[in-house]
Amino acid sequence: MKAPRISSWFGRGQLAAPPDIASATLRSDRFRLEREGDWRRLEAIINRMERGGLRRIPDADLLALPTLYRTAASSLAVARETSLDAATLAYLEALVQRAWFQVYGPRQGFARWLRDFLLGGWSRAVREIWLDICIALFVMVSGTVVGWLLVAQNEEWYYRLVPGGLADARVPGASREQLLATLGPEESAMGLSSFAAQLFSNNSAVSILAFALGFAFGIPSLMLLVHNTAMLGALLWLFASQGLLVELAAWLSVHGTTELLGILLAGAAGLHIGRTMAFPGTRPVLDAAAEAGRRGAVVMVGVVIMMIVAAFLEAFPRQLVEGAGSRFMIGGAMLIFWLSYFVLYRPRRIAESAG
Amino acid sequence: MSAAARAPNTDKRARTLVTPEGIVLPIRLASRGSRAGALILDVMIIMFGLLAFYLALIWIAKGLVDGTGLDPAAAPRGAQEFMQILLALIGFFTWYGYFLVQELGPRGATLGKRITGIRVAARGGGRLTPEAVIARNLLRDIEVFYPLIALLVLAVMSDANEDAGPLGWVMTAWFALFLLFPFFNRDALRAGDIIAGTWVVERPRAKLADVLSTQGAAGARGASAVTGVRYGFGEAELAVYGEKELQTLERLLRDAQPDALAAVHTAICRKIGWEPGAGDERAFLEAFYAQLRAKLEGDMRFGKRKADKFS
Repeated sequence: MKAPRISSWFGRGQLAAPPDIASATLRSDRFRLEREGDWRRLEAIINRMERGGLRRIPDADLLALPTLYRTAASSLAVARETSLDAATLAYLEALVQRAWFQVYGPRQGFARWLRDFLLGGWSRAVREIWLDICIALFVMVSGTVVGWLLVAQNEEWYYRLVPGGLADARVPGASREQLLATLGPEESAMGLSSFAAQLFSNNSAVSILAFALGFAFGIPSLMLLVHNTAMLGALLWLFASQGLLVELAAWLSVHGTTELLGILLAGAAGLHIGRTMAFPGTRPVLDAAAEAGRRGAVVMVGVVIMMIVAAFLEAFPRQLVEGAGSRFMIGGAMLIFWLSYFVLYRPRRIAESAG
Repeated sequence: MSAAARAPNTDKRARTLVTPEGIVLPIRLASRGSRAGALILDVMIIMFGLLAFYLALIWIAKGLVDGTGLDPAAAPRGAQEFMQILLALIGFFTWYGYFLVQELGPRGATLGKRITGIRVAARGGGRLTPEAVIARNLLRDIEVFYPLIALLVLAVMSDANEDAGPLGWVMTAWFALFLLFPFFNRDALRAGDIIAGTWVVERPRAKLADVLSTQGAAGARGASAVTGVRYGFGEAELAVYGEKELQTLERLLRDAQPDALAAVHTAICRKIGWEPGAGDERAFLEAFYAQLRAKLEGDMRFGKRKADKFS
């Protein structure tokens, strides 16, 4: 390919009037001169489309685009059989390719896609990976159990499973009052919103990692799930040892129902890719991986949204609302909302949205 | 078409794409170098953009602190908190939004890709979907940035004399694995491309060149502007060359380097048994080009093609 020319960056340069058709001695050049106007018009439309914004293009041009594209495509087909003008052939090939990208390019912008995604695309993608969700759920539950059992056998494990930052007062041997104090509400909402923002960054990074690691046949995704839930198991054991299991569950459930569901979905999406690559069935591996990857990506955008919700729940209601009952209520309501959104919400598929 | 007639395709990066109209379009995969360059450019744009933004924020915050008599504790906490949230969220959304929004745009390329002249496309000629763009960009993080950041953290830790054990090697291996991934498949796909079903291709950029057969001695009257001679070539003289030589000649005429024209003029004259003169090379070559092309295109219409001088 030619390097970009400086002249094309500034000013479009005036087009010289094409030479008189009759003056061309070659039949293939006459063919070209007769159609050149259409090609140039197509090129101008595409240039404007590439610069962005369909809105600035007149309706007449937009209506003409498919016709002009087909004209250029058929010109190319004819020119290949009748013309030996390499420069014209190269121009037509480039023009048709660029027009093809516009005519058959992404039909919807990001905003439009997001709308379709919220109104059905997301829950459909989640339902499509149900098997992987079941596997991931099983792994998460076993991870929790393993974490509990490990710490129950030997308290040293607690320090290995729970990172220091989180576990300030929450260490084995802490008194019931100390533990209860960590579950108490904050005095005011000060500082909680930045806490929420940090939680969001951190949590979405973890879930994106869980998804992306699915590439290695899903094994690292599962390991990440086990590691995170083992921490949960250790925490559960610690509070249960002081008879605070219900209080902890209520405290966790406020955001945990959303966050754990999000991590579950992220792990399942990663596992889906890994599983599809390991067992592609009758399709070629690359096709299977691409299909699974796109489905996983849809789930992942949803997970990021869930992480935003979870971070807000974690920062505000969890720290401000007191009492196990109301905490359970918030957490339970979120769980019911998500489950009904994923399982019961089944709008009719918009025919063209699949692309 | 002329895939057979043209120079044999030795280009390893050439692929074809069949449009729904049944037209075979040649496309070229982007080179690994230009892709790496595009990524470096993009990361630099994001970094400098964020840095400028953060500096602007800090500058504003300075006013916030100054207004309270240089005592940060006295600054309104709501404002500080607002800034922290802004920093965290803007960092996150810039990082993912930059790639997503631009690759979903009509050019299918980020700023860095546009500068290096490449774009993202769906493998196999399908439609590029938002899901694919999201998938390929999520994967980029584990391919490049997580291991890089982990290595940086490990480097800082080892400065502080903390032993990281074999983790450093694991991270290096991880980084190398994904970085070298495009070298181990034919289409130079990185892991994200495999997951998303995309590839990165060169953006063609061709201007419509002038019509050669209306100019100078190739034109209808076909006389040299310098000497007024009209060059005519016989059937046998034109039968010497094929399409490859014709297209080489076309390139020469378009580039119009006097030295090259003179050399080719001499070579052609020797080949067809004329006595090479001097001073009127361009007219001679234009006439030869037009008549050779007329002959070859005429044969082409009857299904006879001559790829080069040897056939």
